[in-house]
Amino acid sequence: MSEYTMSGALNRALRAALDDDPRVLVFGEDVGRSGGVFWVTAELQAAFGDRRVFDTPISEAGIVGAAVGLCFAGWRPVVELQFDAFSYPALEQIVDHVAKMRMRVRGRVDLPITIRIPSFGGIKGKEHHGESPETYYAHTAGLKVVTPSSALDAYRLLRLAIADPDPVIVLEPKSRYWSKESGELSTDGPGIGQARVLRDGDDVTLVAYGAMVARTLDAAAVLSEGGVSTRVVDLRSLAPIDEELLARCARETGRMVVVHEAPRSLGVGAEVAARVMELAFDHLQAPVGRVTGWDVPYPPASLEQHYLPSVERICEAAQAAVSY
Amino acid sequence: VSHDPETASGTDPVRILSPDGEPVGDPDVGLAVDELRSILRWMIVARRLDRECIALQRQGELTVYPGFEGQEAAQIGSAWALGREDFVWPTFRELAAAMVRGVDAVQYLQYHRGTWHGGPYDPRATRFGPICIPIATQLPHAAGYALGQKLDGTDVVTLAYFGDGSTSEGDFHEAANLAGVWRLPLVLFCQNNGWAISVPTAGQTAGAIWRRAEGYGFPGVRIDGNDVLAVYAATRDAVARARRGEGPTLIEAMTYRIGAHSTADDAGRYRDEAEVEAARRTDPIERFRTWLVGSGGADDAFVAACDAEADAFAMEVREGVIATPPPPAEWMFDWLYAAPAASFERQRDEALG
Repeated sequence: MSEYTMSGALNRALRAALDDDPRVLVFGEDVGRSGGVFWVTAELQAAFGDRRVFDTPISEAGIVGAAVGLCFAGWRPVVELQFDAFSYPALEQIVDHVAKMRMRVRGRVDLPITIRIPSFGGIKGKEHHGESPETYYAHTAGLKVVTPSSALDAYRLLRLAIADPDPVIVLEPKSRYWSKESGELSTDGPGIGQARVLRDGDDVTLVAYGAMVARTLDAAAVLSEGGVSTRVVDLRSLAPIDEELLARCARETGRMVVVHEAPRSLGVGAEVAARVMELAFDHLQAPVGRVTGWDVPYPPASLEQHYLPSVERICEAAQAAVSY
Repeated sequence: VSHDPETASGTDPVRILSPDGEPVGDPDVGLAVDELRSILRWMIVARRLDRECIALQRQGELTVYPGFEGQEAAQIGSAWALGREDFVWPTFRELAAAMVRGVDAVQYLQYHRGTWHGGPYDPRATRFGPICIPIATQLPHAAGYALGQKLDGTDVVTLAYFGDGSTSEGDFHEAANLAGVWRLPLVLFCQNNGWAISVPTAGQTAGAIWRRAEGYGFPGVRIDGNDVLAVYAATRDAVARARRGEGPTLIEAMTYRIGAHSTADDAGRYRDEAEVEAARRTDPIERFRTWLVGSGGADDAFVAACDAEADAFAMEVREGVIATPPPPAEWMFDWLYAAPAASFERQRDEALG
C-alpha cells in the first residue's frame, strides 16, 4: 500500500489516462515544461512528448475553445485553467459551447472535455486565487461538476472525468493538494453523481465537499466526543447531485447541516436543502442548516479564518439541529 | 462615419475584375469554364434563396433571419477553394457557403425556423460546423480543429468565417494568436461587410484588419470581396499554404451588407440609403456575369436558365421549410448528455408526462 498526496494522485490519474488512450491531450498554462503551478502535470511532458502535453499562451477562452474544436477532430482534451478566478475568461466558451455543443449537433459529436480548475481558498493566496466557482458551473445544464476531498478519490474522479463522454469540470481543492492518503489507486467505487458516507452516525448528517470535508470530519470527531453521533457525507459530485443518498441520510438521521466555503446565497447548500425537503420532508426534525462562506468576496489572507467555516461553526450548527 | 470598401484604411484590395466586370488582373485563376459557370449559378441561386428567406420571415415561417445579399462572391468564392475534406467554421450568415459545401438548405434553415439550435445538419458529414451566434467564439473552435488535424498529420485545412465586428472580440485575438504560435493549417476569412449591426467598421477598429496578421506572425491580405475571382484565388493560395504546413493566413474580403443586419433590424435608422446605392454598383453577381458572358464563358440563355432554376429552388426550399413540423418536446432533453444522470431522466419524465 502506497501513500499519495492529492497532487501526486492527480498526476498518476493523468499519466494513466495518457497511457490508456492515445487520443488524450493535456494542455494549459505552464502544464508542460514546468509541470503546473501545483505540480499536477509534473514530468508528463517528458514522458509523453510535447505533442500530447503542451503549454499554451495565456488564453483561457482559447484553451477551452480549442478543446471544443479538438473534440470535432476526435481528440479527448484535458485542460487546466490555472486558478478558480482565471476560469472566468473562458466562461463564454464553457457555457455557450462546451455545455451545449453535443445537444446543438444532436449527439453527432461528443464533448469529452475535462476542465481541471484548482479551486477554493485556505492557502492564504492573493485575491482571485481563493474563489468557489462551483455554482456558475453546476447551474449550467450540460456540465458535470465534481470536486474530490482526498488523494485516492481525486485519482478516481479525475480518471472517471476523463473517461466520461460528457464535459466534466473538476474543481481541485488547492488547500488539499499536499494532503496524504494511503491505499491503492483505483477507479472502482462511487462514480460521478454519487456521494459517499465517510463516517457513520445516527443523530445528524453533515454534508460537505472539497476542502471542507476534512474540516467537517474534524467537527464530527468533536461532536461525537460530546455524545452526538455524527454522519459525514462527501458530496463529491455537485452536478449531478446524489439526491438518493441525501434523502436516505435525511430519513435516517432526521437532521442535516451542509458545509461549504462558497457564499451562502444560491450555493450548493440551498440545492441540498431543497432536494432533502422535496424527498424527505416528513422525516426532517429540524431545518437543514448551512455553514458557509459569507456573501462577500473571498477575503485577504489575514481575514481568511473569519470567512471559512470553522470546526466551531460547524459544531454549533450541528448542535442547533440536534437540539431543535 | 461611412464605409467605403475602395479606400477603407487606405489599402486598395487585390482585385481581378473591376466593379464593371473589366479584367484588371489575370482572370485565369485555374478554373475550368464549367466551374466558372457553376460559381455564377450558385451566386444567382443563393441570392434568390436569401430573398426568399426574408419573405419567409415576413410571413412568419422563419424567426429572425440574417441576410447575406452582397456577400455572395465572398462566400462562394472562398468555399469553392476548399477541398472535400477541409472543414469550415461559420458564423450565422454563411448560408451561401453552406450550400456550396453540400449542406441541405432546408436543414440549415431549421435553425432560423426555430426548430433547432446550432447544427440541424450533420457537421461532420458536411464538413461545416454548427451555426455560431456568439461573436467570434467559433474561431477558437477552428483553431482547435486545425490543431487536431496537425497532430494527426492530415492535410486537412480549416477555414473560419467571421465579420469585421468579430475582430473586436477577445476570441478573435486568442484564436489568431494560437494559430500563429502553433502555425496551424487555418484560413481566417473575414468578410468585412462594413457594418456590425449599426456600427460601421471605423467604429470597430482604427486599423486595417488584414494588417493585424503581421502581429500574429503570419501573412494577411486584403481582397475585393465582391470579386469572386479574387476571392477564389486568394483563398486557394491560403489553403495551399496551410496544406503545405506553412501556417495560417488572414484574408480580409471587402464586401458590403446590402440588407439590414437581420430581419429584426431597420438599417434606415443608422445608414444612408445613398451608401447602399453606391454599394449596389459594386454588385458581385453583376460584375461576374458581365465578365463571364463577355468572355464567352456563358451566354444570356445560361443566365436565364440559372434565374429559372433559382426560382424553382427557392420554391422547393420554401415548401420544405413550411412542411417542417415543430420538433417533439423530448428534443429539449435528448442529446444534452451522452451519459445522463438518473435524476435528469426523472426530470425528463416529469416534463414529458
